[in-house]
Amino acid sequence: MPEDLDELTAEALAAVAQCGGEKALEALRVRYLGRKGLLTARLKNLGALPADQRPAAGQRINLAKSRLLAAIDDRRQSLERESLDAQLREESLDVSLPGRRRPGGGLHPVTLTLERITRIFTTAGYEVAEGPEIEDEYHNFEALNIPANHPARAMHDTFYIAPGTVLRTHTSPVQVHVMERGEPPFRMICPGRVYRCDSDLTHTPMFHQVEGLLVDREVSMADMKGTIVGFLRAFFEEQVEVRFRPSYFPFTEPSAEVDMSCVACGGPAQAKAKACRVCGQTGWLEVMGSGMVHPRVLEMSGVDPSQFNGFAFGLGVERLAMLRYQVGDLRLFFDNDARFLSQFN
Amino acid sequence: MKFSESWLREWVNPDFGTAELMERLTMAGLEADGLEAVAGAFSGVVVGAVAAVAAHPESAKLVVCEVDDGAASHRVVCGAPNVAVGMKAPYAAVGARFEAADGGQREIAARAIRGVESAGMLCSAAELGMGEDAGGLLELPADAPVGADIREYLALDDSSIALDLTPNRGDCLGMLGIARDVGAMLGIAASQPAQAEPRVSIADEFPVRISAGAECPRYLGRVVRGIRLDAQTPLWMREKLRRGGLRCIDPVVDVTNFVLLELGQPLHAFDLAKLRDHIDVRLALPGEKITLLDGGEQQLAPGTLVIADGAGAVAMAGIMGGMRTAVGEQTVDVFLECAAFAPDAIAGRARAAGMQTDASQRYERGVDHQLQRRAMARATSLLLEIAGGAAGPVTEALGELPETRHVTLRFANVHRLLGVAVPAEESRRILTRLGFAMLAENSEELTVEVPPHRHDVAIEADLLEEIARIHGYDKLPLAMGLARQRMGRAPARRIGLGRLRGHLAALGYQEVITYSFIEPGLAARFSEADTEAVRLLNPISSEHSVMRGSLLPGLVQTLRHNVNRQREDLRLFETGLAFGREAGGFRQQAMLAGLIAGAREPRNWNNARDAADFYDAKGDVESLFGIGGRIAELGFSAAEHPGLHPGQCARVELAGEPVGHVGALHPGLRREFELPATMLFELDLDALRRQSLPAAREPSRYPEVSRDLAVVIGEDIGAAAIEGAVREAAGPWLASLRVLDVYRGGSVPAGSKSIALGLTWRHPSRTLDDAEVDRIIGSTIKTLQKQFKAFLRN
Repeated sequence: MPEDLDELTAEALAAVAQCGGEKALEALRVRYLGRKGLLTARLKNLGALPADQRPAAGQRINLAKSRLLAAIDDRRQSLERESLDAQLREESLDVSLPGRRRPGGGLHPVTLTLERITRIFTTAGYEVAEGPEIEDEYHNFEALNIPANHPARAMHDTFYIAPGTVLRTHTSPVQVHVMERGEPPFRMICPGRVYRCDSDLTHTPMFHQVEGLLVDREVSMADMKGTIVGFLRAFFEEQVEVRFRPSYFPFTEPSAEVDMSCVACGGPAQAKAKACRVCGQTGWLEVMGSGMVHPRVLEMSGVDPSQFNGFAFGLGVERLAMLRYQVGDLRLFFDNDARFLSQFN
Repeated sequence: MKFSESWLREWVNPDFGTAELMERLTMAGLEADGLEAVAGAFSGVVVGAVAAVAAHPESAKLVVCEVDDGAASHRVVCGAPNVAVGMKAPYAAVGARFEAADGGQREIAARAIRGVESAGMLCSAAELGMGEDAGGLLELPADAPVGADIREYLALDDSSIALDLTPNRGDCLGMLGIARDVGAMLGIAASQPAQAEPRVSIADEFPVRISAGAECPRYLGRVVRGIRLDAQTPLWMREKLRRGGLRCIDPVVDVTNFVLLELGQPLHAFDLAKLRDHIDVRLALPGEKITLLDGGEQQLAPGTLVIADGAGAVAMAGIMGGMRTAVGEQTVDVFLECAAFAPDAIAGRARAAGMQTDASQRYERGVDHQLQRRAMARATSLLLEIAGGAAGPVTEALGELPETRHVTLRFANVHRLLGVAVPAEESRRILTRLGFAMLAENSEELTVEVPPHRHDVAIEADLLEEIARIHGYDKLPLAMGLARQRMGRAPARRIGLGRLRGHLAALGYQEVITYSFIEPGLAARFSEADTEAVRLLNPISSEHSVMRGSLLPGLVQTLRHNVNRQREDLRLFETGLAFGREAGGFRQQAMLAGLIAGAREPRNWNNARDAADFYDAKGDVESLFGIGGRIAELGFSAAEHPGLHPGQCARVELAGEPVGHVGALHPGLRREFELPATMLFELDLDALRRQSLPAAREPSRYPEVSRDLAVVIGEDIGAAAIEGAVREAAGPWLASLRVLDVYRGGSVPAGSKSIALGLTWRHPSRTLDDAEVDRIIGSTIKTLQKQFKAFLRN
């Protein structure tokens, strides 16, 4: 061990500079600067010097201590940096490998469409009503002004469970149930499965409808038109053209079919030129039925037609889903092929 | 209803073209949905007269004709069997052009046929695109002007327009009605064809009576003797029939069909010689049968209206005539029927018998009960003109004529209901044009008499529709209505279906929608042996003939469909009703069902390819009930279900009530359907949607103390039983309990298993000390020893 302070300091600094680990560094600190450290000892030995030399010697020792301390700190920081760098090198990954993920599922396009329709109407203050799918003939037909043998029954190819009991052919019976139980005004939509004994390229024996009903004191056909046009424009997020065509439904009078300008070709002006298959080159798509609720229907459900009137409408959910998502074949909806369905996720 | 456009224009001739006519018809409620040209596209075809016919030197089937086209004579080779000297037929001269269906052009050129030069060709109806008849030349009337362009002469620049009529507009199943509506649209009156009373030259009558007066308001009969059935129906009538979509049969059928198209009034002709005694319009007798014109035998249902003679039913009234009295080749004398039947008496009968005829289509929608005299006169005149013969007087029998309906329209309601002010004068004009007679009118309202052709008008709303559709639906403004504001609802105790669906989608489930009716055999595999399925009386096919009692078979079926398309690792779910029978009616229960098939995780560089198992499905069920905050009330107990593995099936219970099942697909079914490992669950949707409203407590500020505990118990003891006992014994401060490990083998004796539990305690208002927790653990172990003969595992 050098007697000379400068030599001792030089030796300590050299050891720090060569030190390869945090533990060894700490040992060096203790060796020179600890309570019993070599430099610390020099300070303790100051008393042995003559009084007039003590301040100068003390100053030199303290200077040496602080130089060493600074060197140890620097070395510690650089060692930490090195060790962190080593850790980082060691832990680096191939970030291009695929993530650990369970493939997400999704909702059926008919559900997506139903939810969309429902959201548009509930935002406008309509309530959602649901009802049974096995229905009695009274609620499916008679209460909607479709007596037995009425030619309109041919429009509904009905599945029977038992004489007098049917699978509902539309969701209008739900409106009847709600009117029978409640008090006007009514503002509701009835979404759900309906059944008709018909199966070909463009018909499935089960499909989904949303029927709407608004009954209040002063309701006009203009309100009906505005509501339906507003809905279609909200649903398609386009300023579609809409035309109302006189038609016939036993439960409404006046009645109207609702045609919308074709979303595939843009409407009658372009349909022919684009040889549009979606609208059969007419430019129009039949999308809904509608009308002012027949006074007899109100009456049968216990609503006074001299005080209240209203409008009703019905739409096919698959039809709107096909138009919205460019689905070409209705039957795809019920094949439930995962490859088809996952496109909507 | 299909009709010739040029025929309509004889009645009412708007100054716009076909496309606009169709548009206007559609927008007035008579949907024009079909348009066909009545002939092919060709030019240069004229009326030719066959001046001479000579044998072809080379062919026995061909002849060589001299054809006069008014300007010159041409030698034409012809193979038609009906070619004859003196006949007139369409002649396509050299240079005539034909357009094929694909747009290709063909020009007629002079060419040699089997060695004889032929300058042009004589044409059949089929060659001109005028129907199917290719069996011979289209024979033109004797007075056809030779050399006239055939398109002009036969008015072939015409269209057949098809209307898809709604059931309320039976009045437009004839030109009379269509013309009336078009007239109303245009604000002009339609002209009517000249109508002459036929000459009555004999006194013969056949007695008629009506026994079913309510069903038959009016019945007209007339005897016509000495007709010639082999007479040729004139070309103009044949063309109108053809363009109206009807085939030509014989003069009697053609005339009745013509009047049907013209006036919308069905007529029927009986062979007078085959009718016995009298005509009686009555209801069918019990057990009565009839053989119809089409050869079908019908057992007449009670209440069926029939036309009967002394020997029984001779027609199903308003639907079809019978074979016994049919007009045939030998017929000389006919009895013409022209009747009004009540719609209710006909409606549904034809459909019930599996038939629809032109007559039933009109009668069930309603035929004008004042039209019969006019129609009878028209038909008789035409028949005499075409088939000769002598007509007797009309015999008329009356039943109960329907009451005339009067309807009042308040002008204020026009504005109130349509949302637009249609002037009173316009309303009046529209109704008048449509045939409504004004009975009374003042500044507030008008009262009309409903014309007998409008069976669909009975109340004010019906008049409003007439005004709206003629005025134009497109002229009504758009409005959004004024409704009082009403607060929305945000039910906190009922989970929205969307939330559950979204949760499942996030867990990797794909929603499917399957038919509610399934195959009975498949349905039975998932239902208890003694349940009676809800069957359809008229299923679309046997695969879709019972209502599903569970959503599981539909999911399994969907899995099979996808496995067959190489998709095996699937999670599927569906929501919807399950059906069953219950006292007093039908169970229609909303359910949610899920399926996991194949691997738990997708095949990936770092995934084990473990098959999903029972606990994956159970975990998802728990997670679903977790949404409503109800896991604490959830229980699972070993159970059996016909479609599930008896050793891997649990009944799901919520607060002790059964709410569904979870389990593995029965291995028998799995083998049979060749499916991968498949887990299923089905839950009562209503129970799943019940949510508890959270009541918050302040979290404890004091530290938790945790202990793990491993006990060895018999294999037959369920984890839930241990869990229950521990919870009981672990005191009120137990904050959580987890099953950490289940271990078999090693130091654990056979027939036993070791279960490790992780317990955490926390006191709301102080720090728990270790000694306290050790005491709790000690008493917990004692309880387990006592109840389950458990011992601690080291």
